[in-house]
Parts: sequence; structure tokens; C-alpha cells
Amino acid sequence: MISALQSGLTSLIMGFSLLTIQNIIMMAVGCALLYLGIKKDYEPLLLVPIGFGALLVNIPMASLMEPDGLLRHFYDAGVMTEIFPCLIFIGIGAMTDFGPLLQNPKILLLGAAGQFGIFLTLLLALFLGFSKLDAVAVGIIGACDGPTSIYVTSKYAPHLLGAVSVAAYSYMSLVPLIQPPIMRVLTSDRERRIRMEYPKKSVSPTLKILFPIVVTIVTCLIAPMGTPLMGMIMLGNLMRESGVVSRLTKASENEITNIVTLLLGLCIGATMEGSAFLKTQTLLVLGLGFIAICLDTATGVLFGKLMCFLTKGKINPLIGAAGISAYPMAARVVQNEGRKYDEKNWLLMHAVGANTGGQIGSVMAAAIMLSVLKGMGIG
Amino acid sequence: MDTFTFGLTLTIIGMGTTLLSLWFLVLIINLMKRFFPYRDSNEERKEAES
Repeated sequence: MISALQSGLTSLIMGFSLLTIQNIIMMAVGCALLYLGIKKDYEPLLLVPIGFGALLVNIPMASLMEPDGLLRHFYDAGVMTEIFPCLIFIGIGAMTDFGPLLQNPKILLLGAAGQFGIFLTLLLALFLGFSKLDAVAVGIIGACDGPTSIYVTSKYAPHLLGAVSVAAYSYMSLVPLIQPPIMRVLTSDRERRIRMEYPKKSVSPTLKILFPIVVTIVTCLIAPMGTPLMGMIMLGNLMRESGVVSRLTKASENEITNIVTLLLGLCIGATMEGSAFLKTQTLLVLGLGFIAICLDTATGVLFGKLMCFLTKGKINPLIGAAGISAYPMAARVVQNEGRKYDEKNWLLMHAVGANTGGQIGSVMAAAIMLSVLKGMGIG
Repeated sequence: MDTFTFGLTLTIIGMGTTLLSLWFLVLIINLMKRFFPYRDSNEERKEAES
């Protein structure tokens, strides 16, 4: 009887006795993410489930990520199959208005320049000794786009998924702190004050409906491996613009996006198990992710300067910083930065156009990367 | 393929093709704007009446 009591009580304290220092550190990281999400309002929709997932997976004996564990089921069904990022893209497409971009299409080019950080970071990662596929996963943080980063990383380097996702989402929420100093260094006072004209005419509803169809056909023919990503974002947008499936549009914007965000966040947190996450490589990934976003901003602004020169001063180079996918934070940063130097300068609509261009650009860059890798016979 | 060649190839093709594809999209959007120009509701009403 006494030995039965002893063994029963021992099993109750087993969780404490098996707790490692790595588990404790990662629980603290999970709590820090929860703090940032709840108290500081940094991407709470993601940081709360990610932080809680990190807490859960570091509890010894809970076995949530073991075969048959609860989070393992979510992870295998949604992340490894790439279903979650694709479903999120339907929601993003349903929420995005490409109107400002269609009014001034040339700013779509800023969405391409804002992706150069992906490739430059990839080179840097290779130089630092990352394997080819790991370097691709690290570089994709520069897409500044959570679902794209998760899609590419789960395909090529699933062991880096936790670090890459945390880097992608953390830096996206830190865009208002990261971008302004780079924008100031790369532009002159005169450039920052440039006022941009607003197109007098709006965009026809037919054009808005045709846009997602044409983009899907053109981009997917160029880079077929990106069809799941581009196809889903454009499907969401077509549903929004056609106006004939408002129930599906609302479901995509709300229920689907919310459920998938919750499960995706938990799955990302579940990859943050102490012994797997606490490595020098994780720190390198976080550092390179930061560099990627800085490079995106810099190349976007520099391309904006080039466009400013070619259009004889009609484009404010600051909007180049919005050519990344962090929507709509990057556009707001540009608007605020422009108004610091000229209170009556309204860059918001142009910046939103560049920002939606960045969404297309980031998916396009990832799609091209995937297709080229396939062509090279890698991955 | 050695690492350096791999990185450089992916960078050149990646950056180049991303820029070219989006430039191509800009051309297509401009073309579509010509075929489907914006008309406000007053213009459409006048056309329907005539």
C-alpha cells in the first residue's frame, strides 16, 4: 500500500524532476512572447498562440509533439502538408484591396525591389556556412510574409520552422522601429518632402475582377511551383471583388483565417522545444532575419530613388520602403515618416499600393525561388 | 554545383525574374486599363439613355 502511494506520488512530481534548463528558458521565451502580444500589442493574434504553444511543448512528459500528441496532429495535418499557409492566403486575398495599386501600376515594381533582401540574405547565409536549403529558408524571412516563410521553410528546412517563423513575425511587428532610420539615412530632406499626385480617375470594377485572374495565369505560368500561394491569394481577392460570394468572402476573412491562425500559431510554438530550439543556429537565423528586413527596406528605398530620378521627381523614394509584404504596417510607417517632414504630404494611398505590390512581389519571389530550385534538381 | 555558384545563380535569376515578371504585370495592367477604363455612374446613365 505504502509503495503504491509512493509510486503514485512520484509520478506526480515527475514533471518537475524531468524539467531541464532548456525547457525553463523556452518557457520564459514563451512567456515573453505572451507579454509582447498581450501587453505590448505586437501581433497578438500570432504571438499569443505561439507563446502558449512554446509553453505547452516544454512541459516534460506531456508529449504533445510526440507521435499521436495533440500538437503533432495539428502540425502534420496543417504545416507539413502546407495547408495552413495556403488557407491563410485565401483570407489575405479576401482582405486586400488592390485598387491603389491598379490606379498607379508602376509602383508594383517597388514590390519587386522590396524582395531583394531575400536573395542577398540567402547569399549571406551560404557564406556563413548554412546548407543550401537552410539558406533558402533563412533568406525567405526577407519576404516579410509569415505564411510564405512557413510554406517555404516547411518544404525545405522543417527543423528551422520555429526560428524562421518567430523571426518573420517578430520583425514584421517591429517594422515601425526597423524601417525609419534606414529610410532617413538613404534619402535627402528634399526627397522626403516630395508630394505625389493622386490619379484623378478610379479603377473600373471589371478591371478589379480581371486582375486576380490575369495575375494568377501570368505568374503561375512563369513560376508554377508558387501556384498554391499565388492561386490562393488571388482566389480570395476574386471572391472579394466579384461580390457574388459574400458568404465565402466573409468566411475567408474571419472564420477560416481565425481558426487557421490559432492552429498555425500553436504549431509554430510547438516547434520551440528547448533542446531543438536553443542552438547557435537559431541565433544566427534571428540575426540574418533582421538583416533581411533591413536589406529589403534599403533596396526598396534605393529603387524608389531610381524611380524618382527616372520620373523627374514625381515619386517620393520613401514609398519604396512599403514595397515589403508587411501589410499595412509598412504603408503606415511611410505615411508617418513623410508627414514628419511635411505635415500636408499624404503618401498613404501610394504607400498602400506599394505595400500590396510587396504582397504580390513576396509571393512571386518565393514562387520563382521554388521553381528555380526544382529546375536545379534541389529540394 | 558548388555553394557559391548556387547562391549567385539563385540571386541573379531570382532578383531578375521577380523584377521582370512584375514589370510584365505592370504592362498588362496598363493594357487592361485601356480596355476597361473607369466610368462613373453618371456617364453610364447618359450612355444608357442615349
